[in-house]
Amino acid sequence: MSLNRYESQVRGPLVEGGKDYHQITEDICRPVEDKPSKLWWIGFIISVCLLIFGVVSIYMDVTYGIGQWNLNKTIGWGWDITNFVWWVGIGHAGTLISAILLLFRQGWRTGVNRAAEAMTIFAVMCAGQFPIWHMGRVWNAFFVMPYPNTRGPLWVNFNSPLLWDVFAISTYFTVSLLFWYSGLLPDLASLRDRAKLKWRKFFYGVASFGWTGSTKHWQRHEALSLVLAGLATPLVLSVHTIVSFDFATSVIPGWHTTIFPPYFVAGAVFSGFAMVQTLLLVTRKVLGLEEYITIEHIDVMNKVIVLTGSIVGIAYLTELFIAWYSHVEFEWFAFKENRVNLSSPYGWAYYLMMGCNVLSPQIFWFRKMRRNLLVTFFMSILVNVGMWFERFVIIVTSIYRDYIPSSWSTYYSPSIWEIGFYLGTFGLFFTCYFLFSKFFPVIAMAEIKHILKRSGDTFKDNMTKDENETLDEFEHENAHHH
Amino acid sequence: MAIKKFITGNFYDEAVLFPAVKKVRRAGYKIQDVYTPFPIHGLDKELGMKDTDLHIAGFIYGITGTTVAISFIGWMLAIDWQINFGGKPFFSLPAWIPIMFELTVLFSAVGMTLTFCWLCQLAPFVKKDHFNPRSTDDTFVMAVECTDKTNEAEAIAFLENAGAKDVQVQERETGWWFGRYDRESVVFGKKVAAV
Repeated sequence: MSLNRYESQVRGPLVEGGKDYHQITEDICRPVEDKPSKLWWIGFIISVCLLIFGVVSIYMDVTYGIGQWNLNKTIGWGWDITNFVWWVGIGHAGTLISAILLLFRQGWRTGVNRAAEAMTIFAVMCAGQFPIWHMGRVWNAFFVMPYPNTRGPLWVNFNSPLLWDVFAISTYFTVSLLFWYSGLLPDLASLRDRAKLKWRKFFYGVASFGWTGSTKHWQRHEALSLVLAGLATPLVLSVHTIVSFDFATSVIPGWHTTIFPPYFVAGAVFSGFAMVQTLLLVTRKVLGLEEYITIEHIDVMNKVIVLTGSIVGIAYLTELFIAWYSHVEFEWFAFKENRVNLSSPYGWAYYLMMGCNVLSPQIFWFRKMRRNLLVTFFMSILVNVGMWFERFVIIVTSIYRDYIPSSWSTYYSPSIWEIGFYLGTFGLFFTCYFLFSKFFPVIAMAEIKHILKRSGDTFKDNMTKDENETLDEFEHENAHHH
Repeated sequence: MAIKKFITGNFYDEAVLFPAVKKVRRAGYKIQDVYTPFPIHGLDKELGMKDTDLHIAGFIYGITGTTVAISFIGWMLAIDWQINFGGKPFFSLPAWIPIMFELTVLFSAVGMTLTFCWLCQLAPFVKKDHFNPRSTDDTFVMAVECTDKTNEAEAIAFLENAGAKDVQVQERETGWWFGRYDRESVVFGKKVAAV
């Protein structure tokens, strides 16, 4: 009986280096079991320093109030909400990779899903900080929960998109965490059974919940992953849709736009994949995992980037066109004078956004560029800069000039504590990611083993004749000639 | 929850494992379980296992979430404390759809995961026997239960003949107990040799 299934020959092998099952375990456990490298320590210490800067910034914010930030009368949401939307957006790639691509049976997800899911969880943790500390009186943050209280009871407003956000993001965080951790169980059990040191046996023993690899457990595990993927797929689309409702349901010119939900979701996937590229290009190099995160994986993710980048581009042009076509004076003013006009105070931000998000990803139409690591790394940074400016443009250029010119804002630039808060979330994100890459397997071992005999380089050659044929060969032999 | 005697065999290849499972079952041996490092599609059917009903549980948790959301929000905003938002109806269903959806997903995901852990008896500090540590690395470990009628030597020969490597007789606990993996296994007061 052949266990091989048809696997496209257009795609290269997903696991290189002629691996067998044991070799996979060895390769992926090695970074966990070895002592961390000097590079790891340097990165980790820098991250912790940034995190401390963030904590100090939040201390200033809580002690002296939101007045520590340069927000003013018309700009109530500045860097803070920009950063919030940016981090949430980044958090979208992980679940997209693990859930949507699982449903689409994309084998290449197995190489990158674990790290991408971890990235999602850390990014959502960072995102959550911004609305929470923006509350000012953060000790009252629990007021967002609907619970019987002595203030009436006064319930929260379930008609408000800001409350939808509370539910959407906390649900997204919980589901991503469950998805990630249930996938980790078998791999933690592998680490436990290999462990030589006492603390490792203890730690991975507790963390793996007593997983044994029983067939019945695997059957349930598969059912769980599949249903969680089915649930997470609409969830991932709903989360950024709801974030976009924060803007779209308002009546502010520049925000009051029906195209926001799909536009935000595409943008989120776009920036999320860029962040996955940034992280994985470094991870594969530093941990020596080039045979598992291959050029093939990077190529495929760059295709997603060019696709979603182009969707975002069409969305930009559509909203611009509709602003003009609608004949709404205020809407058109927000676009024409506050954004497109290069000599306006924030015109530069609009063109930076356009350049980074719409024009630059177009180089990924070329296969050579998609497979060039340096270009990919540079582009992944550029895309995330662009996506940050997208949110900045949406927020700041829409509100710095309101309906009364006399109250038009002075030029808004962030205070040191706003910048510190943002850098602090980088610290949080990378501290978590460094710890993750040290103590957890960054690639899903069980899943790689599962696809090995279909997509590993040595096994691809052993397929039956039909399975191994390219499209041209198949056509040549089977097409009718008249 | 009992210590039983098993004959265990290691398999290195799925292509050997599948016919072996068929043979062993046909010969009337009782396969307690096959431990594998990754899910092998079709092995559950081959072992005569029924499909899991976990997804039905997920559905039930999901509709529970929807029901909780709509009834709770409806009660709060339309009955307990009515607030007039721009003259809109108190029972404004369309505005509640996002949270109804989120709670559906939340209840379903959390409920299913807990049910999964319950069914598989997985939790921190839970310890189990699993015959061979290589079954979480690279081999497929089949455990055949010995009954009074089992002729051990015959069974060992049968497994070896079916393609199993390093066949052994092992005494193992079938259930779980609270324990730590860095300490000697103690099953309900009785000592069991470490694997």
